[in-house]
Amino acid sequence: MTSADTQTLTFARAITEGLRSALESDPKVLVMGEDVGRNGGVFRVTDGLQKDFGEDRVVDTPLAESGIVGTAIGMALRGYRPVCEIQFDGFVFPAYDQITTQLAKMHYRSRGRLQVPVVLRIPYGGGIGAVEHHSESPEALFAHTPGLRVVSPSTPQDAYDMIRAAVASPDPVLYFEPKGRYWSKGEVTTSPYPAAAAAGAADVLNRARVARQGTDVTLVAYGPTVATALKAADTLAAEGTSAEVIDLRAISPLDVTAVVESVKRTGRCVVVHEAPTFLGSGAEVAARVSEECFYSLEAPVLRVGGFHAPYPVAKLEHEYLPSVDRVVDAVDRVLAH
Amino acid sequence: MPQPTTGEPDVEPVDVASADVVPQVQLVSPTGERVVEPDNAAYRSRVDHLTSEDLRALYRDMVLTRRFDDEATALQRQGELALYAQGRGQEAAQVGSAYALAPQDYVFPSYREHGVLQARGVDPVDRLRLYRGADHGGWDPNEHNVHLYTLVIGSHVLHATGYAMGVQRDGAVGTGDAARDAAVVTYFGDGATSQGDVSEALVFAAVNNAPVVFFLQNNQWAISEPTSRQSRAPLYQRGEGFGIPSVRVDGNDVLACYAVTAEALERARSGGGPTFVEAYTYRMGAHTTSDDPSRYRARAEEDHWARRDPIDRLATLLRAEDAWDDGWAAGVEREADALGERLRTEVRELGAPPTSTMFESVYATEHAQVTAERAWFEQYENETSTEAAR
Repeated sequence: MTSADTQTLTFARAITEGLRSALESDPKVLVMGEDVGRNGGVFRVTDGLQKDFGEDRVVDTPLAESGIVGTAIGMALRGYRPVCEIQFDGFVFPAYDQITTQLAKMHYRSRGRLQVPVVLRIPYGGGIGAVEHHSESPEALFAHTPGLRVVSPSTPQDAYDMIRAAVASPDPVLYFEPKGRYWSKGEVTTSPYPAAAAAGAADVLNRARVARQGTDVTLVAYGPTVATALKAADTLAAEGTSAEVIDLRAISPLDVTAVVESVKRTGRCVVVHEAPTFLGSGAEVAARVSEECFYSLEAPVLRVGGFHAPYPVAKLEHEYLPSVDRVVDAVDRVLAH
Repeated sequence: MPQPTTGEPDVEPVDVASADVVPQVQLVSPTGERVVEPDNAAYRSRVDHLTSEDLRALYRDMVLTRRFDDEATALQRQGELALYAQGRGQEAAQVGSAYALAPQDYVFPSYREHGVLQARGVDPVDRLRLYRGADHGGWDPNEHNVHLYTLVIGSHVLHATGYAMGVQRDGAVGTGDAARDAAVVTYFGDGATSQGDVSEALVFAAVNNAPVVFFLQNNQWAISEPTSRQSRAPLYQRGEGFGIPSVRVDGNDVLACYAVTAEALERARSGGGPTFVEAYTYRMGAHTTSDDPSRYRARAEEDHWARRDPIDRLATLLRAEDAWDDGWAAGVEREADALGERLRTEVRELGAPPTSTMFESVYATEHAQVTAERAWFEQYENETSTEAAR
């Protein structure tokens, strides 16, 4: 792929194409994980990559998440850029130690002498009728750790741009993929790697995006809940309320400037994510908005998200997940203030 | 707070004799004589080329490592180091194995490998920055191909394995070019063998045929827990279970440690894959300066191992082979004295780094949270220093 080209892709395929362009252009880029090779990943995100790039670059690993991340750190120290797939959100915890005590701190404790440009792709979130440990949203646990970048795309275009920016980043990046959105489609403009990826990295890994403009209330979302917020904005528009939707893209760093700029105009803010609201990323957004928009606020910041309970059985998940109705309900409450 | 101890702790001494029943590679006996047996011929051939000068170089590094240990312990007692992990007794395992390394090989140490760092040339003052509380690392890992100390037990064994997988992908294995082919060696202890990361590293290394040497120093104590709390079977057998060639070596025999490591490194560099080495040794000191071994192990056991001091063993060999020279030995002592003097002076001079370093290198590229907090803190510092100046 040598020039810009626009095509309709699924979210999952957009990630595949992003990985493909990175693998094509940089021989140091590797893909590794459980079933990513011959099987193409359980969600088929790495489909066809091993056939094209070989078993040394698209590596089927043993079933050991700490081993995957720990060896990826070692390969990064040797100059490689491993992109690891953690098969499901709930399976990341065996690697939690390697991620938080090793990956996050290597650059710092070496005073910048060592870089560990490791990307962890983590399919996350619910709504797909899965069994236990397959629908969780652990992003705040990692965003709380200095040294990690934590991002989550919401559109096929961002999925493509952000995976390439993550691979090009010299920092470790946790790339949370909203698995409920894998089969959604959108226009994706592809371009050569890495020049475009490097140029865009500052934006897509650091800057929020206004997904819909509005004037009465700011809905802050990321990953899977951006679609929920946009649907809620449609419903609200029919009722005469103009909602602005901010897609954070990154949880770490949090683009506070974009949120503050919006809330200063609208005076109202509702944060939506699937993770439990207690000590979640919405709590940080609410704290920052209260610090920086205090005199613009017409109502307290509200959060809509998961409850302080383990992710429920699939037959109850639609009661647990933040629905369009619950978002609209929260907006009604901030408007009633 | 350590409790005062009265006499011997109420523990059974470890049966050190039974440990000796397990077969191990030995080239020099505890009494300093060459061990010549049919089954160690292959290893003997690996030390044949070592000259008297080589043996004296090994002795020198072992003595300097011991002095480093003593000085660092004293500095901690004086409040100049936050902590220190003593390596006393493990000089042969560390210096001997490190002597087998080529410049392009890479080392992933735990946090007690002061003898390895001595042999690799890492500056002695830099080795203590971490224990001084002045740095989380202390040296440039790529200067001597020695990664930073890792304090979380066993984590680095995976890093070593991944690094070795990178070496494979660089085509730096099995080319036959002695200046190009590279291997990785990682050091860890008997306690670390219980960590899942070590087992996962053995899995990854085995199935990938990675050029990595797992160098276990079984010093028999993981703080207060004897090896019997970690394993029912001799630890060198751990590697065999993963399909990795494994060997136990007398860890207080510097020549045997050299020979066994040389064989393992040659296998790795030539594409033969990983090796698991158990160097059976003894932690003569405490776990760290915060530890009091009299609470959990018998004096008789310590006395037994004091008679097996690896430095004494090499000195006896040097004398027996007319490689000892009193003038040279005095020179080594003077060098050790100078090292002590330098440590006493320069470690004390290691001050707090600038507060700005708290914010530096958290990320390799700008991160808005760090930028904002750093700006806030700098303003806060400026305001408080201005107030103090008034």
